Amino acid sequence: MKVISTVPFAGTKQQEEQLSAWLQEHRDTPGAVMPALQHAQEIYGYLPIEVQKMVATALDKPLAEIYGVATFYSQFSLSPKGKYKVSVCMGTACYVKGSGKVLEALEKELNLKSGECGEDGKFSLDACRCIGACGLAPVIMINDDVYGRLTGEEKEIKDMLAKY
Amino acid sequence: MYRSHVMVCGGTGCTSSGSTAIMQAFDKEVKRNDLDSEVRVIHTGCFGLCALGPIVVIYPEGSFYSMVKAEDVPEIVSEHLLKGRPVTRLLYDETVNEDNTVKSLDETSFYKKQMRIALRNCGVINPENIDEYIGFDGYQALGKALTEMTPEQVIETMLDSGLRGRGGAGFPTGLKWKFAAGNKADQKYVCCNADEGDPGAFMDRSILEGDPHVLIEAMAIAAYAIGATQGYVYVRAEYPIAVERLSIAIKQAREYGLLGNNILDTGFSFDLDIKLGAGAFVCGEETALMTSIEGKRGEPRPRPPFPAVKGLFAKPTILNNVETYANVPRIILLGADWFKGIGTEKSKGTKVFALGGKIKNTGLVEVPMGTTLREIVEEIGGGIPEGRPFKAAQTGGPSGGCIPASLIDTPIDYDNLLSIGSMMGSGGLIVMDDTTCMVDIAKFFLEFTVEESCGKCTPCRVGNKRLLELLDKITNGTATMEDLDKIEELAAFIKENSLCGLGQTAPNPVLSTLHYFKDEYVDHIKNKHCTAGVCKALLTYKIDPEKCIGCTLCARVCPVSCISGTVKQPHVIDESQCIKCGACMEKCKFGAISKG
Repeated sequence: MKVISTVPFAGTKQQEEQLSAWLQEHRDTPGAVMPALQHAQEIYGYLPIEVQKMVATALDKPLAEIYGVATFYSQFSLSPKGKYKVSVCMGTACYVKGSGKVLEALEKELNLKSGECGEDGKFSLDACRCIGACGLAPVIMINDDVYGRLTGEEKEIKDMLAKY
Repeated sequence: MYRSHVMVCGGTGCTSSGSTAIMQAFDKEVKRNDLDSEVRVIHTGCFGLCALGPIVVIYPEGSFYSMVKAEDVPEIVSEHLLKGRPVTRLLYDETVNEDNTVKSLDETSFYKKQMRIALRNCGVINPENIDEYIGFDGYQALGKALTEMTPEQVIETMLDSGLRGRGGAGFPTGLKWKFAAGNKADQKYVCCNADEGDPGAFMDRSILEGDPHVLIEAMAIAAYAIGATQGYVYVRAEYPIAVERLSIAIKQAREYGLLGNNILDTGFSFDLDIKLGAGAFVCGEETALMTSIEGKRGEPRPRPPFPAVKGLFAKPTILNNVETYANVPRIILLGADWFKGIGTEKSKGTKVFALGGKIKNTGLVEVPMGTTLREIVEEIGGGIPEGRPFKAAQTGGPSGGCIPASLIDTPIDYDNLLSIGSMMGSGGLIVMDDTTCMVDIAKFFLEFTVEESCGKCTPCRVGNKRLLELLDKITNGTATMEDLDKIEELAAFIKENSLCGLGQTAPNPVLSTLHYFKDEYVDHIKNKHCTAGVCKALLTYKIDPEKCIGCTLCARVCPVSCISGTVKQPHVIDESQCIKCGACMEKCKFGAISKG
């Protein structure tokens, strides 16, 4: 189930222009819904209902269809993410090597449950799908930085988060 | 001409451990030593031995440097490239003889038994340079197909080669092509599944990152064979490096006239586009993938009609995965007989496995079909760390099963794996030791499929959820022996009645672990005991009064204050309050706390 944000929408005029320019250009491309939502998420960081409405109107699709696609794929988020997105890989190789323990340690340290974003908006925590760095298992990503061969020990987690 | 080539691995594993900085350091040092006209530094694809990354290989010697750090680079440049003395301290230890001479990589146990067809160019060429691919026979097979062969002959060769799909079920590739070729339509499509959803498999990504042109060439050949003019590669959005390299490759192929109109002046036209996935495991199923390319929720459709009749945008379509395509140009170039000579009776060629889990040499290996699990785990994989015993290997991801130690000598091919309750799948091979609980692993995979079930059909949506609840009961100690019968009955029902491959195979991890490790299930149920010490609810932590010196550390770290005792006296854990977090055991310096 997707967590739906209760944070008021705060999109800017500039973001809206950016999105509608893209939508105008691609409105007749077959299969445009997914790329449109991917693009919208890049601009806004997540897909609030206001943004889904913009996509639906521009592509002339029912909002239900857009919402259906947005909730189907794990990449799409209906609530904002933190400035630093912490993703713990839950692929098999990582799981066997103790990613569960790493996730627990991060939950404790950040005081967040998986899928949540902190109130200050600094960190959000997610369990994610295999990122394919199985050779370094267990692996986490903080935005685009990859940390591998983790143990989940308190000091290691603290040192890692302290860089942000 | 360059006298030396420095190949820096640019695969995701090595990039994650800092190979970009190493690349920059080499560029800088090579310039500083005025070697830029003699030495060429190249960012390549994956070498396979990810456990030892970041990896740097220097040719012509073939010196294999492992776990390189940016600060090692000046030494490698001044010693190896300037003075010709390999820095043995940094070489992969298996390549260094006792007398400090260096032996060839092919003689190391990791590479000795491997045979690279699909990964042929990975780690050998610069994936961002089409000329290097062409230099290694690239696009020759396309040329041969277009100028010397009819589409029928291409299909005949594929059928004769015995190549089977490398993405899951192992359907004969040539047959798929033949069906699509036989259907008349104004438009046909060629698709590639690069969504690689199987957690723990990363061969498709490595091919895209290390040799993207092989995919373009193969898809063009497939398009020629079935009469298609447009192709789509459906790639996971989680693979940014792969997407970027494939985009570069497509652009270069267009510039060289190898994609687009009138390719090689033969009148054949074909173009290729990338579609990004958005994270849905079910999109590995062919009809779901096509629905997703159409921009909708990636739900599977009932078959028939099969995609060869009515696929993408309701037109005849073929879909193969990346590794399958990577074999195609070689087969066209060297012939079906060459390919048929490799492998077993019904499984031809090689298979790439992503070795992971409790194994020394994690990484990508490509071996001829029929290689035994023992050869892969013990010889190529280097065995299990810390001398622990091999318990099981999991193949086929969430659709597969666990192979127990008693079957470690099974030659691996499609049919053998199926007969022992697992499957080839895309080639994830996760090794487990005695610290892995088989009930927990079954639960892990089922949690994954429950999460990823698209919800379209009831057996999968509801059935797997109920199955998971039964497993939950076992791991928290509330199950009865009757629950095991219920599991078998429900699993059989789900397999029989689900719409697509996801549901039909979802119970496999449960059934195979129940088959081979029934004792462990029974132990959980009857004795409320988890031998591997994984299932938290069944664990009890105990303090050995002989070993405890009463340092009070455990009592201080216990988050629920359930450890009592006075200083310098043995402490006691109140089991009724214990939340089994393990913090006490981790902190105890005297090994006095045990779990069981």
